[in-house]
Amino acid sequence: MTPQDGRRPIKRSTVSDQQRRRELALVRQAQQRSDSQNRARRLASSVLALHSSPEPALPDDAIEPERAPEVDWAQTEADLTESEAPVRDLNVAQASKLRGREARRWFAHQLMLPEWMIDVPPHLDRDWYVFARPAGSRCFVVSSNGTTISRLRNGSVLHYFPSSLPNGSRTRDMSGPASSYCILDCIFHEPNQTYYVIDMVCWRGYSLYDCTAEFRFFWLNSKLAESGACNPTSTYHRYTFSVVPIYDCDQAGLHAAYTSVVPYVKDGLLFYNKHAHYQTGNTPLALVWKDNYCSEYFLDTDSKGLVPTQQQAFAYSRKPVGFDPSFVDCHQVTKFAEAISLSVYHVVLEIQDDGRLTTSDDPPVVFGCVEADFIQKSGLRAGNLLRFAVRDESVSLVDGKLEIGDLQFVSKANRARAFADSYSKVRKKIDLISP
Amino acid sequence: MAMEVTQILLNAQSVDGSVRKHAEESLKQFQEQNLSAFLLSLSNELVSNEKPVDSRKLAGLVLKNALDAKEQHRKSELAQRWLSLDIAVKAQVKACLLQTLASPVPDARSTASQVIAKIAGIELPQKQWPELIGSLLSNIHQLQPHVKQATLETLGYLCEEVSPQVVDQDQVNKILTAVVQGMNASEGSSDVRLAATRALYNALGFAQANFSNDMERDYIMRVVCEATLSQEVKIRQSAFECLVAISSTYYDKLASYMQDIFTITAKAVKEDEEPVALQAIEFWSSICDEEIDILDEYGGEFTADSDIPCYYFIKQALPALVPMLLETLLKQEEDQDQDEGAWNLAMAGGTCLGLVARTVGDDIVPLVMPFIEENITRPNWRQREAATYAFGSILEGPSPDKLTPIVHVALSFMLTALMNDPNNHVKDTTAWTLGRIFEFLHGSTVETPIITPENCQQILTVLLQSMKDVPNVAEKACGALYFLAQGYEDVGAASPLSPFYQNIIEALLTVTRREDAGESRLRTAAYETLNEIVRCSTDETAPIVMQLVPVIMMELHQTLEAQKLSSDEREKQNELQGLLCGCLQVIIQKLGAAETTKYGFMQYTDQIMDLFLRVFACRNATVHEEAMLAIGALAYATGTNFLKYMQGFYPYLEMGLQNFEEYQVCAITVGVVGDLCRALEDKILPFCDGIMTQLLKDLSSNQLHRSVKPPIFSCFGDIALAIGENFEKYLIYAMPMLQSAAELSAHAVADDDDILEYTNQLRNGILEAYSGILQGFKSSPKTQLLMPYAYHILQFIDTLYSEKDMDDAVMKTAIGVLGDLADTLGSHVGPLINQSVSSKGFLEECLSSDDGLIKESADWAKLAISRAVSG
Repeated sequence: MTPQDGRRPIKRSTVSDQQRRRELALVRQAQQRSDSQNRARRLASSVLALHSSPEPALPDDAIEPERAPEVDWAQTEADLTESEAPVRDLNVAQASKLRGREARRWFAHQLMLPEWMIDVPPHLDRDWYVFARPAGSRCFVVSSNGTTISRLRNGSVLHYFPSSLPNGSRTRDMSGPASSYCILDCIFHEPNQTYYVIDMVCWRGYSLYDCTAEFRFFWLNSKLAESGACNPTSTYHRYTFSVVPIYDCDQAGLHAAYTSVVPYVKDGLLFYNKHAHYQTGNTPLALVWKDNYCSEYFLDTDSKGLVPTQQQAFAYSRKPVGFDPSFVDCHQVTKFAEAISLSVYHVVLEIQDDGRLTTSDDPPVVFGCVEADFIQKSGLRAGNLLRFAVRDESVSLVDGKLEIGDLQFVSKANRARAFADSYSKVRKKIDLISP
Repeated sequence: MAMEVTQILLNAQSVDGSVRKHAEESLKQFQEQNLSAFLLSLSNELVSNEKPVDSRKLAGLVLKNALDAKEQHRKSELAQRWLSLDIAVKAQVKACLLQTLASPVPDARSTASQVIAKIAGIELPQKQWPELIGSLLSNIHQLQPHVKQATLETLGYLCEEVSPQVVDQDQVNKILTAVVQGMNASEGSSDVRLAATRALYNALGFAQANFSNDMERDYIMRVVCEATLSQEVKIRQSAFECLVAISSTYYDKLASYMQDIFTITAKAVKEDEEPVALQAIEFWSSICDEEIDILDEYGGEFTADSDIPCYYFIKQALPALVPMLLETLLKQEEDQDQDEGAWNLAMAGGTCLGLVARTVGDDIVPLVMPFIEENITRPNWRQREAATYAFGSILEGPSPDKLTPIVHVALSFMLTALMNDPNNHVKDTTAWTLGRIFEFLHGSTVETPIITPENCQQILTVLLQSMKDVPNVAEKACGALYFLAQGYEDVGAASPLSPFYQNIIEALLTVTRREDAGESRLRTAAYETLNEIVRCSTDETAPIVMQLVPVIMMELHQTLEAQKLSSDEREKQNELQGLLCGCLQVIIQKLGAAETTKYGFMQYTDQIMDLFLRVFACRNATVHEEAMLAIGALAYATGTNFLKYMQGFYPYLEMGLQNFEEYQVCAITVGVVGDLCRALEDKILPFCDGIMTQLLKDLSSNQLHRSVKPPIFSCFGDIALAIGENFEKYLIYAMPMLQSAAELSAHAVADDDDILEYTNQLRNGILEAYSGILQGFKSSPKTQLLMPYAYHILQFIDTLYSEKDMDDAVMKTAIGVLGDLADTLGSHVGPLINQSVSSKGFLEECLSSDDGLIKESADWAKLAISRAVSG
């Protein structure tokens, strides 16, 4: 006796894994097709930003034009033709799928790195945002394909975890396509195990690289919470995410950023130019200010985020250059202005194949040179990062440019370092120790 | 000639192979040389009462095969050939056939009935042979029962072949009257009554109008119910088959008969012979099917304006129905678990009970629990098995809230039973029930977990031990492990299975190597479970999966080394190769998807690819399909590096694209072309001429299953996106095909869900092709080449919008294409887009869609359009 047509005996209704394999393969293919389509479409959020909120034209004197051509909004927009489709967007989509070494290499060069604030930019109150930087490891957080990966500045993986970010975990109700990857610029704050999102580079496959900071922050504030990423942790959401309060850089904003109590340990203030796009590498359109009131780590930190003992003894001898924190209460000023007693500082420079020692800027600034036999003896290669001690009496300013007479080799830099110091960082360090 | 035909037909059934072959050749030749003469001599053979019955029967069969084929394309070809024959020839053939219905030889009559129905299937839709039904009906009034019987049988076949639309209501009424009269208890001949009952089964689809008329319906139902009480078991069975068909076709007309139907089905289940009792149970299963569908559709909220109301027959019958079904569970057969095709009262009863549970949910639990408690510890294995089976059957349907407390208590009992019960049937059903528990009450979506860290180890110990039991029990234990693992698929890094992972894999591999793994599909179950275990591996256990790669590769290698196999052994070998390729596919996808494992895996790709290419040398569709899927996954994992395998792989890719018969292989190969495009990007260019040629051939083929066509269009998009403006040379072929397919699909009359679904798949494929092509040409100086197609593409989207029957997927793709058009062609299409309805109404509709994906695509389109229009 055989069953009625189509009536499957309940005990025989075994799963067809073959059918499942077929279906899973189709799902994978459909997701990838949609990925490549979106990559090709380069979902132009920059245009979106333009159309939704027209930007005031940026004053010409705000920045040096050759260092920040992408800020020239009006012009860029007018020239925005198909042929100028920024290659970088393509990179973002592809990068979200990079794995292993390639991923490390790529991500190591993708963070926007602030310069030290050695000058107060004009129109600070109008064109800039300020916020208190949470202490912790700066990292990229990428959610795609059902997982979330955070990578440190050198591209190495910090965490590999499920999150409520779009496509950040494999939940049953896979809402959204595989193309919905996100890339967030974050700081991982150890004490409360929280990722503080300080910038949004890509959201649900939309690239925000070519959007102004103003738009990126607006998008960040409206979209992050919506995704559930700010909710408490759960099985599918290992770490919670949080935004930081961002203020306009007027007096009240600065005061709030500097003094208000936040749920995280502060590590300086970050200043972002409202009109700047997300630019990888060092940029003068993002600035960092640290003093020992608003930062525990006001000098360099090592790979573990700890301040080397040598530096902990450093203190502040003078008011910071050019930046008058007159908005701060008097007693707070005294707190953050303390003396530096040691006059030696370490800088990290990259060795070039001709032996020149350079900063991480593009183009690099040369601070010295080592001889061929030194390179040979110490087994160094071009690209190595070296730590040098600088004594303040060997430092001088020539035509406004910093020159260092005597660099003393200390050691190879910590392996976790991906970059040499930037010119502005060296200058900031030197400023601190120079009388 | 006539004499000769008789001999040829007899020879064609000879025991001597060469005689048979020669005869078949002659028939074929005859058919090819002169079809008319051939058909005439066959029908003469069939009608001649003095000819041997064997030659007459075969003559009818050959005649039938000259009119009809399974394969759709061939079928319509044969129909056309019949229609084009000389009218006199056809008339003579038909006359012979009708005359045969009066033959005293039952086999001749029966064959003729079938041939008549086939011709009716061809001619009635063409409005030919209008006198057929009239002349059949005139036979009914003949006194000879065998003519009546043959005529009713012919009417039954006719209703099966012809769609209700081509027979007018007047004739339908006459057919039904004849059939129902034949079924009546007053009919003296039971042969006639049986033929009439079977004919009604096929004629039910014609009775729409009659079932809407209370009096006619009452009459038909009364006759059917009376027939279920006939002396003849075949009539009773056939009458119950009619009731089953009525339950699904006329569910909404049954309310006033349910009380009576319950009484007669209960009686049949209790005391009638098995074939009848099985149909009686099937009636209730069928009612469950209907109510599950209805309740599904309305999400449980039935409102007065719903199309089909739910009458809750099952809920009302529940207190009587459940005890009736529970009784059947005790009527097991001794060897039912070893026999794949077994179907008996206990199995049908349990299956029905499962459906009842899905229909009514929580309400079934209190009705079944006393039975379980009463029987589960009895010394008689039948009682223990029936109790366990009842429990397993009701696990899908009731809420977890209702079941979880019971399962908590039952779980450890079940684990003990699986280890210690002396009876194999009980163990088999226990392992199956555990699998059902894990399937429905375990996993990330379940609030109160059934499995805790404490009992997880115990469960695994029992299941792994049970995998050493007899094949049917071991197979069920594998199934339970499958669902246990599936529940942990989303658990993330800290999977409770991790500590046991190595043991699980070893145990499964041991099962696959058991001497008796060929029984009860044990080997298949073990590999399927292994696949699921691989899918739910975590970072922690990935190294163990990595170790599995060389093991599976070695197994596959061994199957390829085996020499000189018998055809039976070869079939088994192919099955094993399919399983191994499937397993490798799952492993590749798993290890290739995570950066932590991808690079380690790459060391094996050369060898794996080598094995796959050797697998293609064996001719077996399932194996090809599995290997193809695995290669797609491999291409995804290796990216551009896949290029080095292309030379070796390409011939098999082309072979796959040419495989019309096994269209699944073709469909999967088309998908793999997409994978290759994304992996190789423009490096696929050298292979595109061949691939495009093949795809274009596939599209123009009538033989290729239609389901492959939408993915082929999507594949055009994949290729264009990969090779960019190099797609130029294919435009003149691809674009006209897309255009005509677009026109066809835009206005498709989709009056049933299947056709609408297919139409939407086709639209989606076409739109994906447009999207890929437009994006592929973006930023190219050759963008202008697409301008001539812009108008058509816009018109297609406009039409889709006005037809209002797109599904969400099509909507998303369509609005995306609108954006792509604007993005790639920019200001050149600005005015065109401005004039289109899509750029306004459709865009607005998509922008305000609740579906995030549609909205996202619409946002994109809006930006692109505003740029194109303003620029």
